[in-house]
Amino acid sequence: MRFAVAEQAAALRDASEALLGARVTTAVIRSAWEAGPTQVGDVWRGLAEIGLTGALVADESGGLGLDENALPPVLNRIGYSGLPVPAVETVAVAAPLLAAAGHPALPDVLSGAALVTANLDATASAGLPVPFLTVADYALLRAGDEVRLYERGEVDAEPVRAVDGSRQLTRLRYSPAGGTTLATGAAAAAAWQRGALGTAAVLVGLAERMLSMTVGYVAARRQFGVPVGSFQAVKHRLADAYAAVEFARPAVLAAGWAQAAAAADAAEQTSVAKVLASDAASVVARAAIQCHGAIGYTTEYDLHLFAKRAWALAVSWGSAGWHRRHLAVSMGLDKEEGESGG
Amino acid sequence: MDLTWSPEEEAFRHEARAWLTANVPCPPLPSGDTRAGFAAHLEWEQALFEARWSVVSWPERFGGRDASLWEWLIFEEEYYRAGAPQRVTQNGIFLLAPSLFEFGTAEQQERILPRMAAAQDLWAQGWSEPGAGSDLAGIASRAERAEAAGGWRLFGQKTWTTRGSFCTHLFGLFRTDPAAERHRGLTYFLVDLRSPGVTVRGFERLDGDEGFAEVFFDGAFVPDRDVLGEVNRGWSVAMATTGSERGLTLRSPGRFAAAAGRLVELARSRGAPGALAERVVQSWIEARAYELFTLEQVSGIVTGDQPGARSSLNKLYWSELDVRLHETALELLGTDGEADGPWSRGFEFALAGPIYAGTNEIQRNIVAERLLGLPRA
Repeated sequence: MRFAVAEQAAALRDASEALLGARVTTAVIRSAWEAGPTQVGDVWRGLAEIGLTGALVADESGGLGLDENALPPVLNRIGYSGLPVPAVETVAVAAPLLAAAGHPALPDVLSGAALVTANLDATASAGLPVPFLTVADYALLRAGDEVRLYERGEVDAEPVRAVDGSRQLTRLRYSPAGGTTLATGAAAAAAWQRGALGTAAVLVGLAERMLSMTVGYVAARRQFGVPVGSFQAVKHRLADAYAAVEFARPAVLAAGWAQAAAAADAAEQTSVAKVLASDAASVVARAAIQCHGAIGYTTEYDLHLFAKRAWALAVSWGSAGWHRRHLAVSMGLDKEEGESGG
Repeated sequence: MDLTWSPEEEAFRHEARAWLTANVPCPPLPSGDTRAGFAAHLEWEQALFEARWSVVSWPERFGGRDASLWEWLIFEEEYYRAGAPQRVTQNGIFLLAPSLFEFGTAEQQERILPRMAAAQDLWAQGWSEPGAGSDLAGIASRAERAEAAGGWRLFGQKTWTTRGSFCTHLFGLFRTDPAAERHRGLTYFLVDLRSPGVTVRGFERLDGDEGFAEVFFDGAFVPDRDVLGEVNRGWSVAMATTGSERGLTLRSPGRFAAAAGRLVELARSRGAPGALAERVVQSWIEARAYELFTLEQVSGIVTGDQPGARSSLNKLYWSELDVRLHETALELLGTDGEADGPWSRGFEFALAGPIYAGTNEIQRNIVAERLLGLPRA
């Protein structure tokens, strides 16, 4: 028994964290809200050089040859940074599928030249929301239990306004035609599980960022002659928010281990992680906005960039409620319902 | 990350499970917080001791197995999974003993620990007073020097003393230097409750059991050998004990994993429509989250980390999950939950969790100030 991040996973995390900390200013995040050039691509290529894109790809295919244990630590840092990029979709979901299929897109994905987005929560049909389609080169979409890969040109979608403008949300105009099958059955299910795991890690990172901003703010902001963070009403709210984060983080690490070890209950452990991470991010976002007061309810202040990302991701790859119902079914407490996005 | 147990740990689990399966009383014992129940629990504690399961993590010479912290977690998991009785010895074994190992002299350890392990001496905690609860440093009970007799005489009152009516001994803080700043001038005493000058009056807790007592001291004598740590330095010894109480050693994850398992069984047998099924699952998830948090924590401890103020996170989380879990069970039971039973009693007991070992309001202050670094008021 050793519940601690292994050396290589920690090295990938630390190298990524250093780059993200130096390059991902909130100006970079804000630039992705607008159409036009951003610095996101440069940062992504830097992360690719570190090896992030090939974390789950074998050495001989040009990757780092790590397993799912490596996902939570580094994707947590992506979440913390707020980098607006389909990192989970590209690194956790697509890259290992492309490698397994020997797909010619793999080198561009590994170099950081190509991004892959995804919505695998429901079968692709008209109206399905797909984030990042305008900046991605490929999209992974579902047809029944098949995961299919589409080139961007094969997917007809229209941009829509969304809560988190940096996710560049679109909606499909039609069920996509063309594409190629990348995974079915167990491989497709495992790919979705990796997406849920990675998203849980990003959510915990977002929660850590919002909490850190809020702690800094309430320590500095003075009312009644004292820092507002000295009031128990504020302390208790933030203590509860911190507890939510601290009890979600180990669950995400454990789900990564369960997937890597192909444990019999890996899907259940992933659901546990996503429930705790989604709920923690939502609780922290709420507490962060409240404890900031009016400044937190503006777009000039940066908090909303992270809160809106958290709201978008909390309901992606299965909301907390969806995963709880899914667990209820697996425990024999309830009957199965629809797809995770439905 | 490696979340598997070694063959030695699996063997330890197997041995514990086999013994518990053969020996756990069935039907369950009456509450250990009643006089009749306490006697039955003492027999159980002595059986545990004889099979060397009462203090698995202690050195063998004190009655333990030299088990690792991991093996202790495994034993706890098996203990609660087997539905074994509450530990009426817990305040000695889990709260006083860690302080004795850290601060006690060899003589104190040799004299006190084996009798504690064998449930021959039963220890109660003497922290709270009528005027000092959350504000522990505000205690007024005092000890006066009795130089000729080689000891101290105690005066004052302790209260909310769990199982004080049934215990033989009490560990507690008394003021030995009234002139000192309030956190200084306190001394940690080990007191025989059968001494002249000690009066114990039991009274009922919310759940109706005589689980509480108030203890009056009117000149009771304590010899010098029963001072734990240095005179006037009792606060630091007490803080080590409260760390144990809030954290892992009092409430291992096995306890909540077992309760969550029983909740799922209850929901299966009675049916849990929609939203209620989600609440059942949420309680099961929270028990799992507590388990995973402690696995990470123990990994840190075995490589030299001190849990420190993080034990307040343990306490907040387990105590609140325990209340929610029992609320969900009562919701499942509907009107059947009004009748006395394990869930209604468990609910009433769970309500004490956010109060004892430092109220959760105090824990949130500790988390905010020491872990998040927010300014003190």
